[in-house]
Amino acid sequence: MAVTLPADLSAAMTGVTALADWVIVAPVAVPILFGALLLMFRHETRSHALIALAGLAITVGSTVALLSRVLGEGPLAMTMGRWLPPFGISFTADALGAAFALVASAIALICALFAARDISATGRRYGFYPFLMLMMAGVNGAFLTGDVFNLYVWFEVFLISSFGLLILGSERDQIDGATKYAILNLVGTTLFLIGTGYLYGTFGTLNMADIARKVDGLRGTGPLMTLAALYFLAFAMKAAAFPVNFWLPASYHTPRIVIAALFGGLLTKIGIYALLRVFVMLFPVERAELSTVIGLVAAATMIIGILGALAQSDTRRIFGFVVISGVGVMLAGVALGGAAGTSGAILYAVHSMLVMTALYLLAGLMREVGGSFSLHELSGLYKASPLLAGIALLLVFSISGLPPGSGLWPKVVLVKAALDGNQWWLALAILATGLLTTITMGRVFALAFWREKAALKPEGETGPLTTLGGVSLIALTLPLLVLGVYPEPFIRMADIAAAGLIDSSTYINTVFPGGTP
Amino acid sequence: MEAILSYVVAVFFAVAIYMMLSTHVVRIVLGVAIFGNAVNLLIFTAGRIVREVPPIIPEGHDVPVGIVANPLPQALILTAIVISFSFFAFLLVLAYRAYQEIGTDETGGMRVAEPEGDGLPPMGY
Repeated sequence: MAVTLPADLSAAMTGVTALADWVIVAPVAVPILFGALLLMFRHETRSHALIALAGLAITVGSTVALLSRVLGEGPLAMTMGRWLPPFGISFTADALGAAFALVASAIALICALFAARDISATGRRYGFYPFLMLMMAGVNGAFLTGDVFNLYVWFEVFLISSFGLLILGSERDQIDGATKYAILNLVGTTLFLIGTGYLYGTFGTLNMADIARKVDGLRGTGPLMTLAALYFLAFAMKAAAFPVNFWLPASYHTPRIVIAALFGGLLTKIGIYALLRVFVMLFPVERAELSTVIGLVAAATMIIGILGALAQSDTRRIFGFVVISGVGVMLAGVALGGAAGTSGAILYAVHSMLVMTALYLLAGLMREVGGSFSLHELSGLYKASPLLAGIALLLVFSISGLPPGSGLWPKVVLVKAALDGNQWWLALAILATGLLTTITMGRVFALAFWREKAALKPEGETGPLTTLGGVSLIALTLPLLVLGVYPEPFIRMADIAAAGLIDSSTYINTVFPGGTP
Repeated sequence: MEAILSYVVAVFFAVAIYMMLSTHVVRIVLGVAIFGNAVNLLIFTAGRIVREVPPIIPEGHDVPVGIVANPLPQALILTAIVISFSFFAFLLVLAYRAYQEIGTDETGGMRVAEPEGDGLPPMGY
């Protein structure tokens, strides 16, 4: 297709981006720089933890700056090489992307802290920290990019880093799990690429703002329903929604616990983020058409995920299935659409990122104190560590959606949205999932913490190392508690993010500052 | 030309899906490789096939003169090829290592991470 060009491109290529605007690329550039630095020091594995912590702290700082700027002044865009937006690759941060990037970077920082003692010297030599930094670059890039093909590239960046993390240690079950994870995720991202090929064929552009601008004119002429269905399949696979979720329970329990925590917290939510971005912002009409299908998938994901969790005896595998059922709750928000549904999905995603990471770290600490991941063997943990029991109880409340845990508010928003939208069965599914989650997690707590201790492990295994683990777990639990008892700022932020997705005019104006060509 | 390429893409997809439905990891990996190439061809076709001059800007101009070929599909495909090639290499090594460690490349026999007969959790205490 011949592209008709605006008369004077040269004007668009002059001018320098203001220094303050560079904050938008910092969450991606800083992890890449520090990842490269870590590779240079690959024989000095002792210093890895410190370098990575410094790098991630800078990343978190930059995402905080970015979010406060976005909340204060509206979305921010930066186009590479100053090419006019539809041609150059735009980085665009709105409230949704910036908030997700902040939560993800904070989780990575906490996980790096936990890993300082959890990852052995061998793990460090295999490159845990460089992989972690590059994965964070991919994750933040996916949240901040404003270009669909670029989104695909960032998907691949964090995917290949996650392969590296997944097989760290090369144990038999890791290789088995990684084979399934790698092949199925690769098929998922390839489906995403198919959608992107059709998208380019239809619109002649891959810039999200440009697509959002053009989509109304192409409704009914292009194969937009095909595109939407393909994207739904691809992102549902990424997010581990029901019929295409089986790579997750096969692989998430095999790596080191801190890696499982990172994956459980971050990776599935990127699928949800992409769904929100593509469905709510770019294809709202097609989303409405598909909403029954999405709703059914959401309900099935929730119920089947949590039933899977009920049947497991390994804590890590339980939490893997709990991740899946949480994905169902977020999909319910996508299916409901509208301001309330979208806002509920965003709020639940933030909650889920924090709580799933915390649960996996909890599984690691439970193993440290109790000596096992299996519910058959874990017992008497309350006596061994009351603090851990307290945190665990709060996490149980959070994931089940009981007060004062953080899961309550997003579920309230979603159930209300479902009832307002006359989707009583979706509300029922969310509530039933909450009940089943309470049973699952209650059983974990009852068996591991309340049951009389069977003599398994010699006493006195706590030390400075466990303190670091406890600190990281508390650092994750505190925001959950805040979200549980004082949710107003979080809800307001989710509302702003949802409003920015539904009415994309400010997003478009940010990318095309001089008016649309 | 587009019609012919569309049929080629369809055949590629059919072959890829058939291969990926196999129970042997090696065939699945080959299927994934063909799948990637099918998508590359699809992007190429979706970007319109035209017989135009290359997009080279003459001296003294800011924009190309007249109608030129669209370079973007090539750029997209190049990126996708690099990515899918690296993933194919990774998957091959992974499949080989899995065969070494597990002793089979048949997916039905790969039950290390999800062992069969994994008992239910305790029902009470």
